[in-house]
Amino acid sequence: MSIQKVSMISAAAILMGTTAFAGCGISNGNVSILGNEFAAIQAVTDGAKACADDGVTVESNLNKDYRELQVAALTANPAQYSAVTTTNAAIVPLLSDNLIRPLDDLIAKHGQHLSKNQLITVDGKVMAIAFMANAQHLFVRDDILEKVGLDAPETYEEVIAAGKAIKDAGLMDHPFATTSQTGWNLGEEFVNMYLGHGGQFFKSGTAEPTVNNEAGVAALNTLKALTELSNPDYLTFDSNAVQASWEAGEIAMAHLWGSRGTGILDDEGSSEDIVSNTSLIASPTVGGGDIPASTLWWDGFAIASNASDEDAEASFVAMLNGISTEVVKANNDAAVWLVEGYEPAPASAGVFATAAGKTKPYPMIPFMGLMHTALGDELTDFLQGKETAEQALADVEASYIAAAKEKGFLN
Amino acid sequence: MRHKTFFWFILPSLAAMILFIALPLVSVVVQSLHIEHEQVIVVTENCGPFGCTEESSVDTEATAQLRAEQPLGRFAGLSTYFDRGHLATAEIAEAWRNRDGFGGFLSELYNLPFYKALAFTLTYTFLVTPLVILLGLLIALGVNRLPSLLKGPTIFVSLLPMIITPLIGSLILFWMIDAQGVIGKTLQWVFDDPELSLKASPALTWITLMVYGVWSSAPFAFVVFYAGLQTVNSDSLEAAMIDGATRWQQIRYVVIPHLMPLVVFISLIQLMDNFRVFEAIVGFSAQANATSLSYIIYADMRSDLTRFNSAAATSVLTVIGVAILLTPVLLRTWRDFKGKAV
Repeated sequence: MSIQKVSMISAAAILMGTTAFAGCGISNGNVSILGNEFAAIQAVTDGAKACADDGVTVESNLNKDYRELQVAALTANPAQYSAVTTTNAAIVPLLSDNLIRPLDDLIAKHGQHLSKNQLITVDGKVMAIAFMANAQHLFVRDDILEKVGLDAPETYEEVIAAGKAIKDAGLMDHPFATTSQTGWNLGEEFVNMYLGHGGQFFKSGTAEPTVNNEAGVAALNTLKALTELSNPDYLTFDSNAVQASWEAGEIAMAHLWGSRGTGILDDEGSSEDIVSNTSLIASPTVGGGDIPASTLWWDGFAIASNASDEDAEASFVAMLNGISTEVVKANNDAAVWLVEGYEPAPASAGVFATAAGKTKPYPMIPFMGLMHTALGDELTDFLQGKETAEQALADVEASYIAAAKEKGFLN
Repeated sequence: MRHKTFFWFILPSLAAMILFIALPLVSVVVQSLHIEHEQVIVVTENCGPFGCTEESSVDTEATAQLRAEQPLGRFAGLSTYFDRGHLATAEIAEAWRNRDGFGGFLSELYNLPFYKALAFTLTYTFLVTPLVILLGLLIALGVNRLPSLLKGPTIFVSLLPMIITPLIGSLILFWMIDAQGVIGKTLQWVFDDPELSLKASPALTWITLMVYGVWSSAPFAFVVFYAGLQTVNSDSLEAAMIDGATRWQQIRYVVIPHLMPLVVFISLIQLMDNFRVFEAIVGFSAQANATSLSYIIYADMRSDLTRFNSAAATSVLTVIGVAILLTPVLLRTWRDFKGKAV
């Protein structure tokens, strides 16, 4: 490396350092961030890294498997990471083990500008700051629906009818797809469908399961009707697979994550013809219900309990810098931001429409993760026609109860 | 060697074995006998971008106190071993009482996660192990007859499946057998069935996993047999030839008896390896149709609500399973050994 280059780089570093210092207002502390990896989170951590200077270090580990690391990493004292990005599901084990700290003092000191709907409060204490929203919603191909003379579906009954019409017209063999991979993805589809049918997962105030009921059976039957319109490999479909088939033009309707909207609408991986005919619309309602059969998710950040007060404060300020209006404006299309200054983009239309329909948020309950796992494991047999819906739901409850007893939620 | 010298001689390995084998085993057994302390649940009002809801949460202070009193959790004896996720004794008894013929009972049994995993694990072990030995032997005999110029390259190519990391190997095959992949499309064309999917049907998934298992393990058997073939006594072979033995008879009566100890060795290694079949299930996303004991352990550990106690119980059951499987082979080796000693 030539001396000129070195001096240019260090000049740039000094320049960035000073501007960041002016913007962040922290003089020392170590910030390390653990988080999920996608474009919006990368933008946030890059924004936080702008706070690094002589006295402040900012490091990040962005990783799709962050949920498997977070409990162990934050249990250590001092914690391995001072800040974590989290969601309404991922935050639950952190709350249960008391691994993240209340943020009220820090908000009073540095976060007066945060809007109220960014504050995630549990029992009156702010435990996390949300910065973006996500939900699964419907992606439809207008041109294919036009060919069979149908409007964009608003209910799952219409989705199924449209799928059959497309199949009968010989346009596509498998017009529908959703993230139906055995495990977490399939569990999530049931959660969506069950809440759309007005179901309750637990007897209120207890950890006792209540999924084996009419709403559960109806939700399963709807799922089965949908999988019959999907490629026979549907039990291996995750978000990547569904996005790939969408971009290849193999499907006409997909129930997929809003965060995939940007990737599907960009000019990579697909043809102009498919992209220009793709509409992102609200998640459908089901079974005569009035709320979309989907769940709302927020992504946010939390600060570790086992970090020193100095590091916690530095992390909080750095993360606030990561979700500043400037960062959001520069990355407007990367997510549905909950931050002031965000302009809704075409890729976020589906999430907005789904949220506007009063869709329920994913339950932030300590034992929901165990229920989700049981659903993901036990529903396959029904979808493959090996057992009845009642039997599958009874299996879910039995499997959940065994796990909940072992984890101390049930006796 | 005097006792004292022997003791000092063996001490390092003994210490390492206690530290890395015995202690972890004891720890796993202890964990499998406990379950987590009771979680104190309270109802709180939680608010966020989508409004406020009354939801259950854990009372962290009360729970932390319980945890401090009993760091290991609650002692539960063998109850984890017998719950639905493991041996499921209560469910089996129930299924036996209400059985609808023996087939009905079996399908009830297959509905329980442990037995479902056991069914695949055992089928896999007992089909893949002999096929690996057979295929490895055939390749070794074939390669052994090649002109020496071709031997090197052939051995290298035959070893490739073993060199590829199992997870990568299975992922490559996963995409090849996809309905859009080269093998998947070819099979659809051969059988003239556009709906044919190797990933959708349980039977085809099992076959795919076993074919993969044979493909990836055969090179191991091949290398061992090939090494063994270099030590076959040429005098015995020549004597057999002079007596007019055909090539088949030479293999059957000279080569195979010579390789028998190696067959026992490969069986031992393969039985252990195949009983903990795992990577292929993840690589092929086959968990809907095929799970194994190792996969159950993995699923318990791979979430933020880790079920250490359940995973520990399954681990102990796996160790017991391996011990049962190996007993006949070990007994046989022991008898042979004693027979020789006399």
